[in-house]
Amino acid sequence: MSGKRVVTLTVNGDRVEFLCEARQTLLEVLRNNLDLTGTKEGCSNGNCGACTVIMDGRPVVSCLVLAVEAEGSELRTIEGVARGSHLDEVQSAFLEGAALQCGICTPGFIVQTEALLEENPNPTEDDIRFYLAGNLCRCTGYDKIVRAVQAAAEARQVAAN
Amino acid sequence: MATAENPKYKVIGTRPVRHDGADKVTGRAKYGADIKLSGMLYAATLRSPHAHAKIKSIDTSKAEALPGVRAIVTSADLPAQGDRIVELGEGAANMRHLTANVLAREKVLYKGHAIAAVAADNIHIAEEAIKLIEVVYELLPPVMDVRKAMAADAPILNDDIRTASVGSAPAAKDSKPTNIAKHFLFEKGDIAAGFAKADVIVEREFDTAMVHQGYIEPHNATALWNTDGKITVWMSTQGSFSARQQTAELLKVPISSVKVIPTEIGGGFGGKISVYFPPVAALLSKKSGRPVKLVMSRASVFEATGPTPGSHMKVKLGATKDGQLVAGEAWIAFEAGAYTGSPIGPACMCVFACYDLPNGRVEGFDVCVNKPRTNAYRAPGSTHVAFATETLVDEICEKIGMDAADFRIKNAAKEGVRRVDGPVYARIGMVETVEAIKNSDHYKTPLEGKYRGRGIASGFWFNCGLKSSASATVNPDGTVSLLEGSTDIGGSRVGIAMQLAETLGITAEEVIPTVGDTDSAGYCDVTGGSRVTFATGIAAIEAAKDIQRQLVERAAMIWEVDVAQISYRDGGVHGPDGKFLSFKEMAGKLHATGGAVIGRGTSSAATQGGAFGTHCVDVEVDPELGKVQILRYTAAQDCGTAIHPSYVEGQIQGGAVQGIGWALNEEYWYDERGEMRNATYLDYRIPTCYDVPMIDTIIVEVPDPQHPYGVRGVGEVPICPPPAAIANAIYAAVGVRMHDLPMSPPRLSAEILKKK
Amino acid sequence: MATINMPRVFIPPPMRPLTAGEEVVEVAGANIAQVIENLEQRFPGMKERLCQDDALRPGLSVAVGDSVATLGMLQRTGPDVEIHFLPAIGGG
Repeated sequence: MSGKRVVTLTVNGDRVEFLCEARQTLLEVLRNNLDLTGTKEGCSNGNCGACTVIMDGRPVVSCLVLAVEAEGSELRTIEGVARGSHLDEVQSAFLEGAALQCGICTPGFIVQTEALLEENPNPTEDDIRFYLAGNLCRCTGYDKIVRAVQAAAEARQVAAN
Repeated sequence: MATAENPKYKVIGTRPVRHDGADKVTGRAKYGADIKLSGMLYAATLRSPHAHAKIKSIDTSKAEALPGVRAIVTSADLPAQGDRIVELGEGAANMRHLTANVLAREKVLYKGHAIAAVAADNIHIAEEAIKLIEVVYELLPPVMDVRKAMAADAPILNDDIRTASVGSAPAAKDSKPTNIAKHFLFEKGDIAAGFAKADVIVEREFDTAMVHQGYIEPHNATALWNTDGKITVWMSTQGSFSARQQTAELLKVPISSVKVIPTEIGGGFGGKISVYFPPVAALLSKKSGRPVKLVMSRASVFEATGPTPGSHMKVKLGATKDGQLVAGEAWIAFEAGAYTGSPIGPACMCVFACYDLPNGRVEGFDVCVNKPRTNAYRAPGSTHVAFATETLVDEICEKIGMDAADFRIKNAAKEGVRRVDGPVYARIGMVETVEAIKNSDHYKTPLEGKYRGRGIASGFWFNCGLKSSASATVNPDGTVSLLEGSTDIGGSRVGIAMQLAETLGITAEEVIPTVGDTDSAGYCDVTGGSRVTFATGIAAIEAAKDIQRQLVERAAMIWEVDVAQISYRDGGVHGPDGKFLSFKEMAGKLHATGGAVIGRGTSSAATQGGAFGTHCVDVEVDPELGKVQILRYTAAQDCGTAIHPSYVEGQIQGGAVQGIGWALNEEYWYDERGEMRNATYLDYRIPTCYDVPMIDTIIVEVPDPQHPYGVRGVGEVPICPPPAAIANAIYAAVGVRMHDLPMSPPRLSAEILKKK
Repeated sequence: MATINMPRVFIPPPMRPLTAGEEVVEVAGANIAQVIENLEQRFPGMKERLCQDDALRPGLSVAVGDSVATLGMLQRTGPDVEIHFLPAIGGG
């Protein structure tokens, strides 16, 4: 297939340009062209949430976005969650709460949680479970993930006040 | 937890942050699919569209002609294996079957069976090339049901399989081939006399569907076959040494020619022990002269890796009216999938394992069907049989009017009880887990409301010991670099590091654990069988003791006294006249006292005692839709000694939720052609966080005397009780007994309708 | 060889025709290999069912006392111990 396209966008605050084929997904380009392999591939059909990124403020599964669709967008990936060399509240809460076992779903959960707390800084347990229902985890049974999200929301509220 | 209740420990029982945590919450951790090497090619796999067919011919010429295609392999490139059986650490494999599963030879035995692979400049070219390979098939009738596959006139999958019955004479080579690959029989006491004493006998038939481990990370492997003949494989695997051996055996090269570098691994649960990709990637690399990466699609993970069998079971239990179990009988047939190897042996040994059963008979069959070759899945075989036995126990309790917890306590297996398969139990904690549930706030709180019910069930798993090793290097700043070969799937680095820290009297943070590759770490069997915290833990403790011995020798030199006057305790060396040097002080004198101190330890002699769990669940059933909502869940488990309670809880919670998925939703759904119709996460519905509540855990600690700190493996037991506990709760809620898994809305609503 | 306190071998049901129905037999032997040799002497045909090429058959394990023997044929026995032949157990 010929006819590569140039796509220009912002990734984690940096202006980025890449060449891609029309059939390439955003997930493939993030991982293969931009070496941002923190975004994981679990199913490639939008069912597992491991590849979640925030695109123009909205969480999307990057396996269902074509790379060319990202033209002009502002993207935040797991690599853009930490603040410099400091983990943010969500990452710290996952670590301290042992909310990960194998860790493959963790980037997707953390990014989805960032989107949740942006929309709803004080979510109930039901809010959390509903918002994260598109992210699959097979190791934890979700208990410690939900508690970590609660802890992160609380930490962020404390920090804000 | 343990520090409060076990003041003798300083590190064990605390909850330090895992050493690999920062990498895993920032996306820096490297998993198998993240590997990128210079000049790397991407490969795709051609898979059978048919469940059962002969391969008449394979023509790859059009694919070879596609620009960007660099290499193609088929089974013709893999060496013939003959009738070799190879011991792989956690079980033996028939190499003829293993190689045919990697790339099909004369026949395809399930839809998705790999046939050929193409390496190309990018994945899209490889996928286009796959479509250009022409395969001519001769279709054969598929056999998808375990009982039909056992029939005398069933289509036969493998012409080299005769029934192997443990303890029977081997079948003659010229006898008729069969789908029944294995047969087991266990007997204890006199079941006729036992059932004659029973006031209540219940006998039911059960069917359970094939289910998958469902790890989120698909299988992957990247291989480089170098010009010096050395093969390097980067992959996510539960056992790098097992993967090395399988790869070497499949390629018929010495194991020293293969180096497996284990990446981080995104879940396994038993499904990432068998090798699929490494020999294929290696051959593609040899042909192309470039490193080659293979990553499996989600559909192929479902269709062509190693799920756990579907089953058909007939189980019968008898008890007296005062609640004494007197006899039990079980007939169990498991779908092995395409080749022999279901966990039917352990299933037979688990079916009555929770109880002191005076008279028992268990018969089991391993049966080939046109489904993927099954593999281990968390307590292999035990969940199936727990579903049967534990629902029968519930029925007996109802008939004799006895509390389900009291019945279990009265009949529980305990130290000194002889199992139906023969051996006598050492110290175990079955009674303690039932008592923990009986005394829990959950069990003591009445459940109210229409269509609501509560159920309990117990479960058992053996836990393995097997072989592990570790080495530990003292650093001059008082830390220790720990090298071991057990791939870390759920936080085992920190659990092993904590045991080393406890033994040396330093903190968990002062240990720096690394999972090594097969050329740097000592041999370790797979991360499976709930064995790593136990066995690699023992190896780390031994390494720490080796360090202690060396530091005692150094202190003797410093103090100019005999080593017999020095002991290592409380984090340092103690000499005569109150002399003391801490571990850190000794580490600071490393270079002045003779250089490096490296401890080494191995573990191979210890075998674990069994582990038990008891779960309690409240459900609400929608009587119209047949949908089951889990309202409350509590799991009690004997963990021996909890090293890192957070990860112990996490194993219990994760296992329970996998069990909930198995109970309520998950199944391989095949059509009459033998095609799996739900090979996506959307349709093969594993639990989401919206499906389950918090999972409360009760850690029961009955130390295993075989481990210095009393560890029992934790990972597998918690998947066993949920299907039965939920079935019992459904009965309490709506009065129907479920005998098939999953208890999905269509099945449950049909049963509710029948009752009306 | 001592004749008292010998290891007690539990015979799997399919092998009991060879022992005329005996479920437990006392057999001397300092390790599993010797026990199997002595079993074969008394009950010809036994070894073929348990061993292949002087190793335990694939998929078969032996338990000495309450634990699976990690050394297979080389595992030491002892006075009064029970010996069981069982399917090998893996795990997830």
